Parts: sequence; structure tokens; C-alpha cells
Amino acid sequence: MPIDLVANVVVAGLLAGLVYGLAALGLSVIFGVVRVVNFAHGEMMTAAMYLAVVLVGLTGIDPLVAALPVGGVLFLFGYALQRGLINAFVTRPEHTQFILLVAVAIILVNVQLMVFGPNARNVQVDYALDSFEIGPLIIDKVRVYAAAAAVLAAGALFAFFRRTLVGKSIRACADNYLGAQVVGLNVKRLYALTFGLGAACVGAAGCMMLLLVDVTPVQGPAYTLLAFIIVIVGGMGSLTGALAAGVVIGMSEALAGLLIAPSAKSMVTFAILILVLLFRPQGLLGRAG
Amino acid sequence: MRALVAGLPARARAVLALVAVLLLGAPFAVDAYVLSVLILCLYFAYTGQAWNIMMGFAGQLSLGHSLYVGIGAYAAAALFVHFDVNPWLGALAAIVLCTLAGLVIGFLAFRFGIAGVYFAILTIAFAEFTRIGFDHWNWLGASGGLFLPVKERGVTDLATLRGPPVMFYYAILALTVGALALSRLLLASRLGYYWRAIREDEEAAQALGIDTFRYKMVAVGLSAAMTSLAGVFFAFYYNNLFPEQIFSMGRSIEIILGPIIGGLGTLAGPIVGAFVLTPLADGITELMQLLGIETPGVKQVFYGVCLLVVIVFLPNGIWPAIARRLGFAPR
Repeated sequence: MPIDLVANVVVAGLLAGLVYGLAALGLSVIFGVVRVVNFAHGEMMTAAMYLAVVLVGLTGIDPLVAALPVGGVLFLFGYALQRGLINAFVTRPEHTQFILLVAVAIILVNVQLMVFGPNARNVQVDYALDSFEIGPLIIDKVRVYAAAAAVLAAGALFAFFRRTLVGKSIRACADNYLGAQVVGLNVKRLYALTFGLGAACVGAAGCMMLLLVDVTPVQGPAYTLLAFIIVIVGGMGSLTGALAAGVVIGMSEALAGLLIAPSAKSMVTFAILILVLLFRPQGLLGRAG
Repeated sequence: MRALVAGLPARARAVLALVAVLLLGAPFAVDAYVLSVLILCLYFAYTGQAWNIMMGFAGQLSLGHSLYVGIGAYAAAALFVHFDVNPWLGALAAIVLCTLAGLVIGFLAFRFGIAGVYFAILTIAFAEFTRIGFDHWNWLGASGGLFLPVKERGVTDLATLRGPPVMFYYAILALTVGALALSRLLLASRLGYYWRAIREDEEAAQALGIDTFRYKMVAVGLSAAMTSLAGVFFAFYYNNLFPEQIFSMGRSIEIILGPIIGGLGTLAGPIVGAFVLTPLADGITELMQLLGIETPGVKQVFYGVCLLVVIVFLPNGIWPAIARRLGFAPR
């Protein structure tokens, strides 16, 4: 196997992995704060991808520009979902939360199926076939742009949590629920904001993803699983962990596709998950205990 | 039989007797279509009961029960197709294999202290991992599927499990009743109390001297073994197996919907849930055909909405809400 080829595949996987990482970041934020596992995460991502397809089709803007309005729509969706439906379930047992979100996921997938049909959709950009050449590396432009956008979005999220008062309040809720209430934070509203932010992350990631793959409704559950795996591998609640694990999974997928078989990609991903759960259950960058 | 009715008030016994008569007589009164729906109801009632032992009794959330259905189905079917092994022996092999699989997963998870959502994801991971493996296993037909030979549908041959749907109806009915009796015995036993103690508060249970690791292992092993028989039934009833269908996460979710909608941890919950959800799904299909709506997805959207309504308004399930009225002591 020529080393150039392997290097090319690894870089391609790394760049796609950053987009995966952004999607998983959304899940991690929601779980870290609201303590609810969003089992409809991948379905929200395909919904965002369809929104982007429509928007790009109507206006002709770049999918990466579409990430802003689509992220906004997903934010509102997530906010409303948390406020109207999920908030009542925050203190209920895990399995009822699970069923609630599975029901949401079923509805989302099948509304997409009703509206857009089962066939794959994609967007066309004029730089789709261009690439950068760096020494022996030939890297698709779409991947570079998508990955750059993902890093930018993740950076904005980090800054929001570190620098702004709202971001700090959200972190306070995650650290100490009771304490946050005592100091007078509106936890309900902050939870809804958090869910909205998580949804916006996955919405933006969906737009970037659209540069790399087609979208079909049935991919939703697979994306949900992928996001989970990345979050667990990176460490639940660790934001940098989610990005790093996205890269690890992206690269291992790409390598497995090259060295074993394209259809065995996710098998390697699941194997990584099982190993991490067994030997480092707090995740690669998570804190123990 | 004693295990089913002992200690129940007269009213509850009357309800049970009526249900028993209806179920036993059903094949003589209904057409082939309704019979197939009833078989599906019982199938989900049975798998739901098996899952309920693990989650409802012992509190361990498995989202990968399709793994045990799949391994059970493939084990019995492969022995039958390749070596002409009698399905009853095949069922034995299925039980052994699935119990082992369950114990391995349980051992890894419980030894390393994996619980709750993490445990659930681990069970999904094992099921998906196995699904992809089977997709590439040529001896078992890979993704192209494994097919069981069908000779004469009309002749009942219980020894090789070849026969008309009525035979399968009574087979799955027997399994369901057996699982119900077993569940009732277990709940009243020392083991059942240990399980519920673990479910409610594992640390407290441990502090009281309960070997939580051991009893969680028993729950996983037993649940896996029971589920494997559903797999054997599936293989010989449908006569075709595809990894994509049998191992998929959707299948695992189908299994757990019944008990949760019916009433988690209750005896009748999984059965009630299966008999509500399965006809509901089929009824929606019929209704759509009647209305001439052919858009894909409409049925599932309606199904999802029903699920949402039940979980929002009846979070403990249907059975606890109706049990007292039917004369069953509230659980």
C-alpha cells in the first residue's frame, strides 16, 4: 500500500472528523447540562441537511453560508422542544426520556420521508472537484472548507461558554443545579437555551456535512449512533474531547474503508467504542469519576 | 398453571379465564390475516417479557436485545440448513450461545462499572458490531440472507417445526404463557426481591449484602436465553433471515416499546403493550390503504405521535392505570 495513499486518506478522514466532532459537540453540550440524552440528534442533523438543500436550491448561496440560517432554525426548534416537551421529563427516569426522544426521532425521520421521499439529495458547489496540492497530498477543497467552518463554529461555542455571562450561567447549571437555582438563575430558560445551542451545532454540522455526502432520511439513526460514539469516546461533557474523538473516529473510518472494506467502516467504530467503554469509560479526555 | 392464578382475587381470575378462552379459541374464529397479527402480538409480548426481566425487574437498560434474537435465529437456522439438525436441538444451541453472549456483555459491563446510558450504548454497540459481522459472513448468507427450505405448509410437523401458521400461533402462545408464569414465580422469589432492590438503589442493595454483580448477571443471562427462543421462532416462522433486519437497532426498540407502553416492571405490562401497539401499527396501515394514502412515512409519523401521547400522559404505562379496575391488586 503506497504511503501517499494512506496519508491522503488519513487527512481526508481527519477533516471529515472535525465535522463529526461539531455534530457530537451538540450532543455533548445537551447531555452535559440538561442531563438528557438526545436520541433524536442524527434525525435533527438530516433535517438540517434537507433545510440546507432547499435553501441552497432557492437562493443559490453556499451551503457553508446556509449554516447560519439553518443553525438558527435548529436553535429555535431545539429551544421549543426543550421548553414544550422535554423539560417535564428532566427529572423522570432515563427510559421514559429515551422513549420520548425516540418518538421525536421517529416523527422527524418520517416527516422527512413524507416531504422529500426516500431518494438521496445533495447540493452542487462549483469547487466540488477542486483540490489543494501540498507535496504528495491532494486534499479536496470541500473537505478543507467544511472542516475550517466546523473549527470556527466550535471555537465560537467555546468562546461563548468561557466569555459570556449566559455561557457561564449555563456552566453553573451543569455544575450545580441546586446552587444555580439558589443564586436566582432561570434554569428552565437556560436548559432551553442549551438544547437550542446543541441543536444549532448539529444543524450547522449538517450543512457542512452536505458538502461531503448526500442526504437520505434513513441516515438519521446512524448519525445519532455516530454522535454518541464520538461523545463517549471523547468523554461525556468534555467539549475538546468531542472534537478530538471526532477526528479519531473520522480517521479510523477512513482507514478501515481503505484497508478492510468500505462496508466495515462502522464495525471499526463500534470496536473502538467497546474498547473505550471497557478500558477508559470516562472517555479519552474525560475526567475520571 | 398454578403459578399464574395463585393468590389472585376472583374478579382477576375471571378476567384471566376470559382472556385464556379468547386466545385459545382465536384461531378457530379469525381469518389468516388476523391470525398473523395475533402471532406478531404474542411474539412482541414474549420478547417484551424477556426484556422486562432485565430492565423492568433488575433495572439494566438494554437497547440491544435484537442481538439475542439474531444469534438465536441464526444458530438454529444454520444448524438446520447446513447440518439438518432438529430445531429443538437448535433451540438448545441458541439458548447456550445467547446466554454466553449475554454473560460476556454483562461481565464486561458490570466488572468495569458501566451502568445507565453507558450500558445501553454498550448493548447497542455489540448488536451493531454483530450485525455488520453477519453482513460479511458468507457461510450464513451474508447480507443476501439465509433461507430455510419450505416443503409443505399444510402439514403440521412439530418435530421439525414445519407447519401452518396455527401451529406457530400455539407455539408462541405457549412461550408467552410460560414466560408469564416464570416472571410471576421470579417476582415472588428471593431473586426477584434482590433484583428490585438493585433496580431501586444499587448501592443500598450492596450495603445490605446483596451480591449485585451476580444477580445482575443472572438477569442478563436469563433474559438473553429467553430472547433466543424468540429468535428460533422467528427463523422457523418467517423462513428467511437478513442481518440488516434482525439485528438492527429498530428491532431492539420494537422489543422494548411494548413493556414500556404497557407498564415497565409489571407482569402484564409487556403483554398489554404488545397487544395495544401491534394492532395499532397494523390498523394504521389498513386505514392508510382505505384512505388511499400512499405517501411513505405517514403511518410511522402517526405511530410516533401515539407513542409521544402515551409517554407524556401515561408515563407509568397502560397496565397500572387499568389493573385495579380489572380486579388485579395494584403493583
